[in-house]
Amino acid sequence: MSFINYAQREIILKIVYYGPGLCGKTTNVKFIYAGTNPDARGKLISLETKQERTLFFDFLPLSLPKIRGFKTRLHLYTVPGQLFYSASRKLIMKGADGVIFVADSQRERYEANIISMEDLKENLDAYGMSLDSIPFVVQYNKRDLPNISPVEDLRELLNPGHKYPDFEAVAADRNGPGVFDTLKSVVKMILLELKKGGK
Amino acid sequence: MYKAQLVIYEEEHRLLTEVCEKLLRDSMARAIFLVDKVGQLVTSCGQTENIDTTSLASLVAGATAATGGLAELLGENEFPAHYHQGERDSLYIALVGTELILTVVFDNRSTEGLVRLRVKRAGRELDTIFSDMNEKAASTAATSSGLFAEITDEDIENLFSDTF
Repeated sequence: MSFINYAQREIILKIVYYGPGLCGKTTNVKFIYAGTNPDARGKLISLETKQERTLFFDFLPLSLPKIRGFKTRLHLYTVPGQLFYSASRKLIMKGADGVIFVADSQRERYEANIISMEDLKENLDAYGMSLDSIPFVVQYNKRDLPNISPVEDLRELLNPGHKYPDFEAVAADRNGPGVFDTLKSVVKMILLELKKGGK
Repeated sequence: MYKAQLVIYEEEHRLLTEVCEKLLRDSMARAIFLVDKVGQLVTSCGQTENIDTTSLASLVAGATAATGGLAELLGENEFPAHYHQGERDSLYIALVGTELILTVVFDNRSTEGLVRLRVKRAGRELDTIFSDMNEKAASTAATSSGLFAEITDEDIENLFSDTF
């Protein structure tokens, strides 16, 4: 649910990173934090366990330049990926304007990707949404590892018919290929959707 | 269908802020924050300059969502308020209607009882203003989508040029 504040002249968009445990959601957000002009980013909040696993969510506010006189702010959230945090994931999805599904490309995480995608569909459904009703982008992360599935296989599994934009990425790499492309893609989709006036 | 937008207009923003300012005085609080359940700050007043308001709004919404989840587990509809006691500052967080969260930061010049009492009245006023605003937003939906209708592909492309 986008937030338009005429008094403050700002638009706020909520984007949620979804995906199985250890797929790199937090790594995506940390890379974005590191690669953003310090004037354009707020504080990165990570509610995590002692083992540095996301407990509730990560939160990163970003400020983009003005668009038609309105400041555009992005609020990036990650969900906790571990299966048993299902209740928390549902809470974080409230009011999401766009979703990025971060898939773990490693062969042994094939099943985990499927489970997480089904979980996402259920949580969207709980808010009366679906993958087709919300801007949605898929990212195939960890493309630098040796034991990965071909993109075609992952696409067949998670994005059949190439219905949604998708990107290969290495969020842990110092250049983070694919990370910003994924984010830009979902922001564009949200703005275009708003431009259409929700029709 | 894409989810509806939450639109805050200048007039209602002023009215909401006025209620919060009165609450600030009446409850002898340090700061007041009105946040929506998604984690966005609607308005604030008082000593807010040393507080990261964006982070606060997000965390208040997270804490309230988790509290609501606990209520549901226990068969309650909601816990309408929750209180966090600190050594110096304390937080009183109360639901306003179905979409807003009122957050009061107070120190030992005030008490939880006083804050709770004042919040009750302010909450009703805020809810009325917010409900009126939603009706207005629904009837002028075309205007807000008009804001986006003017956005060009170039505008969208330029958004990213200096930031990343």
